[in-house]
Amino acid sequence: MARMMYREAVLSTIAEEMERDENVVVLGEDVVGGNGTAGGPEAIGGIWSTSAGLYGKFGADRVIDTPISESAIMGAAAGLALTGKRPVAELMFADFIGVSLDQIWNQLAKFRYMFGGKTKCPAVIRMAWGAGYNAAAQHSQAVHHILTGMPGLKVVMPSTPADVKGLLRTAIRDDDPVIFLEHKALYGVKGEVPDDKDFMIPFGHARLSRAGNDVTIVSTGLLLGFCEAVADKLAAEGIGCDVIDLRTTSPLDEEAILDSVEVTGRLVVVDETNPRCSLAGDICAMVAEKAFASLKAPPISVTPPHTPVPFARELETAYLPSIPKIEAAVRKVLSYR
Amino acid sequence: MQLSRDQLLRAYRQMKVIREFEERLHVDIQTGEIAGFTHLYCGQEAVAVGVCEHLSTDDKIVSTHRGHGHCLAKGCDVDGMMAEIWGSRDGLCKGKGGSMHIADVDKGMLGANGIVGAGAPIAVGAGIAAKIDRKGHVAIAFSGDGACNQGTTFEAMNMAVVTKAACIFVFENNHYSEHTGFEYAVGTNKDIASRAEAFGMKIWRGDGTDFFSVFETMREVLDYVRAPGNGPAAVEFDTERFFGHFEGDPQRYRGPGELDRIRETRDCLKKFRASVTGAGLLSDADLDTVDADVMEAIETAVTKAKAAPRPKPEDVLEDVYISY
Repeated sequence: MARMMYREAVLSTIAEEMERDENVVVLGEDVVGGNGTAGGPEAIGGIWSTSAGLYGKFGADRVIDTPISESAIMGAAAGLALTGKRPVAELMFADFIGVSLDQIWNQLAKFRYMFGGKTKCPAVIRMAWGAGYNAAAQHSQAVHHILTGMPGLKVVMPSTPADVKGLLRTAIRDDDPVIFLEHKALYGVKGEVPDDKDFMIPFGHARLSRAGNDVTIVSTGLLLGFCEAVADKLAAEGIGCDVIDLRTTSPLDEEAILDSVEVTGRLVVVDETNPRCSLAGDICAMVAEKAFASLKAPPISVTPPHTPVPFARELETAYLPSIPKIEAAVRKVLSYR
Repeated sequence: MQLSRDQLLRAYRQMKVIREFEERLHVDIQTGEIAGFTHLYCGQEAVAVGVCEHLSTDDKIVSTHRGHGHCLAKGCDVDGMMAEIWGSRDGLCKGKGGSMHIADVDKGMLGANGIVGAGAPIAVGAGIAAKIDRKGHVAIAFSGDGACNQGTTFEAMNMAVVTKAACIFVFENNHYSEHTGFEYAVGTNKDIASRAEAFGMKIWRGDGTDFFSVFETMREVLDYVRAPGNGPAAVEFDTERFFGHFEGDPQRYRGPGELDRIRETRDCLKKFRASVTGAGLLSDADLDTVDADVMEAIETAVTKAKAAPRPKPEDVLEDVYISY
């Protein structure tokens, strides 16, 4: 095991996979950085430092700095994937799916189906997402509910450095297009990471990060840690929470959620997307349809309101789910008779 | 450079296959037996064939909603394509793609595309892959005068130049973006190639109704892009669309006698015949033999497509993912 930051897990996994397979190529805005400037190449190494040093090690053919052209980046990833490469493309902020969605949604995601199963499209699209940095409405969003609803994409959302390692490796070796969502607020979080260069975590298998028999809490990303904090606090009071880290929202580990709800009968879903047509709503509906008889209380979701992400600190705090909000929801679902 | 008799016969046959494939669809679609939206390539055959006759299966093309001609020229199976358009399980895409999504990646045909302007960025990716592999292969984006106005096409042209992708932007100017005239919709008011030039590419122009003009122009373009280090290029072919934007389009935008005139004076098959018989390279009888052979092949394709098994309801769930 090695102790490293979430962002270091991203970088080291990409580097290891580039070492292993010469078809893995990286492209995106400033992934090299500094090209065409007095500072020279690698002055930046990715704005999240998730590609630092790759250019020097693997060269310009495999570490491709692009103009600010998100449609062309996503389209190029599609073209590379159709012609034998394994692109790892970076969309600097997940919010930028707005200017590149056609290439993700109508192209990458659908090639295999439209072409009758006769092709593969092994592209990884990495995106930094999430609020908490006062970056306002166009640089803070959670978009995984939109992408999860698109057949043909797999959607991965690691919550820990170890999961980054295992899930990103699986993503790069996967033959389907994968959206890999990295929460901005987690980049600096440290954790133990397995050294094994073949360590992989399969998609569609949730992780039980806390175990208890009274409430099921489902979450992922930054908010997972908030849920764990709530679970730890309530454990001291003798209240047991299952905290389920989804890891991937497509495929979704329905079984892990249903198995837990069958025991607890109470469900709280905590997610950073807006509430309408959301991941939380989707999971609550799934449980209502498939485990209605097990429920002892109506499921509760904890999400931001139906508003854009605001700028000012006070407003963003009010917008985001928090430890007190999650705790209140858990107590509410427990109090239902 | 003089083409051999076999090359001439093959080029003519390829164009004739596209022509009759489309003419037959135009008739069969009116019976209501073929579902969906269909955009016919009739009139532009010299472009697809003049480009693709230079390519191997290792060269890639990305096509458009008006893609049948590019697919056939790149070697997609006639029977498989007809079956696909008829929505059959034997279709090239098992009935899941239809007219606008025909693809055969093994043949280097990376897909027709229902989104105007979506193809160029994909071709840039394929062109970057070709550059990395250093085997002299290229990727070609076919775009029309409609797609030339999409931001995706602008992004793709700049990115191809910046990354030195082995990529060729082939613009087929048929003067209509759907139902709107080129002179209105393309602000440069002159041509498309000059736009590509402004992005930093070397450009060519040719007559898209003349196979020989396309073929000879593409020889130069391909020599340039296949050479290491040159990066992308663009070429514009002026051509004609004999049918509407889609099948069923009443074409109220056409001028009086326009369709008769372009069929009479701008038909690439007529021009080819006049050229090769006039020069004594092939005889009318040679070409008539090809015509008869092609008519039979199209008839066979339709017969097979009609008799082919229909997709099963459970097929809807297959081919979304390789593993899930």
